[in-house]
Amino acid sequence: MSANHHTHIETDIHIEKQGFDDHFHEHHEGDKFQTNFIFKYIFSMDHKMIARQFLITGMLWAIIGAAMSIIFRLQLGFPNESMAWLKPILGKWITINEAGIGSLDPEFYYGLVTMHGTIIVFFVLTAGLSGTFSNLLIPLQLGARDMASPFLNMLSYWFFFLSGAVLLYSLFLSTGPFSGGWTAYPPLSALPQASSGSGAGMTLWLVSLALFVVSVLLGGMNYITTVLNLRTKGMSLWRMPLTVWAFLVTAILALLSFPVLFSGFLLLIFDRSLGTSFYVSDIFINGMALDRIGGSPILYQHIFWFLGHPEVYIIILPAMGLVSEVLSVHARKPIFGYRAMVYSILAIAFLSFIVWAHHMFMSGVNPFISNFFVVFTLIIAVPSAVKVFNWISTLYGGNIRLNTPMLFCIGFVSMFISGGLTGIFLGNSAIDIQQHDTYFVVAHFHIVMGVAAFFGMFAGIYHWFPKMFGRFMNETLGKVHFWITMVGAYAVFGPMHFLGMAGVPRRYYRFDSFEAFQGFDDMNKFITVAAIITFFAQIMFVVNFFWSMYKGRKMTTQNPWGANTLEWTTPIEAGHGNWPGKIPSVQRWAYDYGKDGIEFTQQHVPLREGEEHSSH
Amino acid sequence: MTILIIILSVILLAVVLVQIAKINEITEQIRGEEETLTSSSATHGKWLLVFCVLFFAGFIWCCLYYANYMMGYGPHESASAHGGTIDSMFNVTAFFTIIVFVLTHIALFWFAYRYRYTPGKKALFMPHDNRLEMIWTAIPAFVMVFLVVKGLVAWNEIMADVSEGEDYMEIEATGWQFAWNLRYPGEDGKLGVKDFRLIKPGVNDLGQDWNDERNLDDFNADELVIPKGKKIRIRIIARDVLHNFYLPHFRVKMDAVPGIPTYFIFTPIKTTEEYRQELRKYPEYNIPSDPSDPASLPKWQTFNYELACAELCGKGHYSMRRVVKVVSQEDFDKWNATQKSYYLGNIRNTEHDPFKGKNLGLELKSKAKDLESALVKALDTSNTNMGDRLLQLDNIYFETGSATLNADSEFALSCLKRCF
Repeated sequence: MSANHHTHIETDIHIEKQGFDDHFHEHHEGDKFQTNFIFKYIFSMDHKMIARQFLITGMLWAIIGAAMSIIFRLQLGFPNESMAWLKPILGKWITINEAGIGSLDPEFYYGLVTMHGTIIVFFVLTAGLSGTFSNLLIPLQLGARDMASPFLNMLSYWFFFLSGAVLLYSLFLSTGPFSGGWTAYPPLSALPQASSGSGAGMTLWLVSLALFVVSVLLGGMNYITTVLNLRTKGMSLWRMPLTVWAFLVTAILALLSFPVLFSGFLLLIFDRSLGTSFYVSDIFINGMALDRIGGSPILYQHIFWFLGHPEVYIIILPAMGLVSEVLSVHARKPIFGYRAMVYSILAIAFLSFIVWAHHMFMSGVNPFISNFFVVFTLIIAVPSAVKVFNWISTLYGGNIRLNTPMLFCIGFVSMFISGGLTGIFLGNSAIDIQQHDTYFVVAHFHIVMGVAAFFGMFAGIYHWFPKMFGRFMNETLGKVHFWITMVGAYAVFGPMHFLGMAGVPRRYYRFDSFEAFQGFDDMNKFITVAAIITFFAQIMFVVNFFWSMYKGRKMTTQNPWGANTLEWTTPIEAGHGNWPGKIPSVQRWAYDYGKDGIEFTQQHVPLREGEEHSSH
Repeated sequence: MTILIIILSVILLAVVLVQIAKINEITEQIRGEEETLTSSSATHGKWLLVFCVLFFAGFIWCCLYYANYMMGYGPHESASAHGGTIDSMFNVTAFFTIIVFVLTHIALFWFAYRYRYTPGKKALFMPHDNRLEMIWTAIPAFVMVFLVVKGLVAWNEIMADVSEGEDYMEIEATGWQFAWNLRYPGEDGKLGVKDFRLIKPGVNDLGQDWNDERNLDDFNADELVIPKGKKIRIRIIARDVLHNFYLPHFRVKMDAVPGIPTYFIFTPIKTTEEYRQELRKYPEYNIPSDPSDPASLPKWQTFNYELACAELCGKGHYSMRRVVKVVSQEDFDKWNATQKSYYLGNIRNTEHDPFKGKNLGLELKSKAKDLESALVKALDTSNTNMGDRLLQLDNIYFETGSATLNADSEFALSCLKRCF
């Protein structure tokens, strides 16, 4: 305690001595303007508050999205059990026969699958993850007062909120939410007569996602501008923590790929409402031949996956950044191969733009084209492998605190390995012939970008919770949460590989219509039970989160983890503008842990006498 | 009631957990941060090792337990010529990835345990090591090059279209909500053209253009019957939304896209019966096929290859099943000969027939053939069945001593003349 208190004062002295005085607190845009409740908590322009808004909204969506998966897992695990008890919630989507057995409507089953995907991919793992931590950490770790444009930042959250509201509304339509899969392939998504969810449900889905793209772009522009322009004195790019590197590259990816998706959506909207034929041709449906010729459904897939593939990196890169930082802090060691980590982020980001058609090997594109996509796809394994080896080497020789954030980091690395390796199967088009659209794919992407990204997010939440709320989350609950989630996630998705290898296709409402796909009843039950248990562990996390916000152990020192980055030089309850006086200037890179026998040296501390910059 | 009890017990459990957590937090504060961290790091370090062991054990157990259900393993060897290549690619990739999987996990969990927190210990300062990094960049790169090359050679071979003059059979599969339509080329070996604007449900499901002669002998089948050892080119198309033509046992999968025909070429190498005999050797397939009826046939005996849809196409996506039968070439030829052309069976001389009331070359040929065989029988002196030896000329009418000859009767007579 006393040692910490000592550094506390020292920090203030350092900042006072070398800090940069921008006269922030003398201007009215300083901390004086958000004084009432509405501007402090609702239409806030403070990046720390916006980060919390993103996080809590993301958590609500995560619960909704996960609950949906529990319902469709019940259908898959126990197809013959009555679901009549869900009637009060799902209403007409549960049909009860004369025997009193309630069954889930297949249309709604597909609606749930679609909404689960959309919600988790966009609302939770894009907005909830990158929105939260980019907002929280970019200004704090760079020594900036706030985002480059606090106003656009606020708009970014409210567009996200609006987008969520529209999608939520679509769940209550009498024709049901959109039910054609989160990828929304036309013609299924383009023709209202193809499925009841493709009517109003799809219209709202498109509106919601269009609003979401606006949110992402406003956020992304802000992140990039802030990183490039608002770094404090001494914070060169090569001194930035890996979190910020990851957020920067993520924002660039988002800025380059989401507009493409948006244009693809526009064409789809035209096809749906103006009678154009960008994506439809030669269609006979509902007893009628449509007079629409010349479009190509495959064109949509190209456009969609031009976003869709970078999107999975938009999800996983921030998690990688968070893990790199947390892992290093709690192992008390510099991240191994800092530059290699940055270069691998850049390489992954670049490659993510030229691999999109690996989602389309079996969709009727010219097989010759697939050759290029196989090559680039499998090259991604190289920078990914480098990252994994570097994380593992960071642990080597450390003094590892096995607390909750660290456990989630280890879980993340394990998930990223397991899920990444199965990607090597799927990225090879020859193997993909058999594995495409089977449970092997479901297992692969859930582990590598679903669970892994969640683990990164959890590591981040447990680690930065004190910075967000001035209190710690409960460690015991945190560890229980970790273990149930770790075991549970593998119990849910591990067996799915074997389903996939047995050829069982994904997006099936029941498996009993095919001989080949039967015989896995026990496994499906097991997966469902594991999913329910894992789900309850997440509820426990939410309880821990809100309970700790008010009742958690109080943070008494500025820098409880002994971390080097600048966010831990701000006061415990940092107001608007983050630092009460001058902003700290940066004297070294972010990873001087254990250097010269000193446990950690924060970034704003000048070189000691005779000390040289760490080579990295 | 049970639900209420479950909910209550879950809530109770949560309350108990929170209480335990609270107590733990208080004791931790009493014990001091350092000591707590030391003991909890030791505990969870051990747990990580235990997890690692159980994780591998679970993985191995799954592999063994499901071996006979997975495609490419146990009895489920590929039923097509190219499928073996895919399965071997899978296994080669599995070989490399499992090595990496095991080694990295051991390192990850072992380091976490070995270097767990101990008070006063100094962590190693090791920001980077260029040599190590070069090594672990190069090794995956080499392995990837190997897998890419091997994979692409296989891919380009499998996906190559038929070349001119090659002996193959083309069958068309059309997907719609929610069924597959299978069209065979008939005697001429050629599929006729079609246009979606000509589709009339129940009358002309595919929109075949009856003006195209190639269409007239095309027939549809409820099951995909294919001869063993023959190269099959499936022409795949959809009528409404995307579907995917998926034959799991043959490692065949290709999207069906409205407006853009796709194809997949494969050669079946095991008849259904041969595949059943393979399954028979495994105890998993000697249990009753219907679990509720112990007297039902064993699983291997009821086995059939299947055609499924593997691209989400709406609420009936999970039910687009067709049975696939691989038979010997002889059996196939027999079957093929008994199939009735869709046109002759359902369209001929209806209002939809553009040739209504006219003779078709196709029909004339078969009429001539019938007449010819009847005549041969009639002239066969060894045949004692008088019924066979009677030749009736249906199209020639005699009226009061003179014959009226119309086009049909002229045709019949000319056929007879040719035979003599």
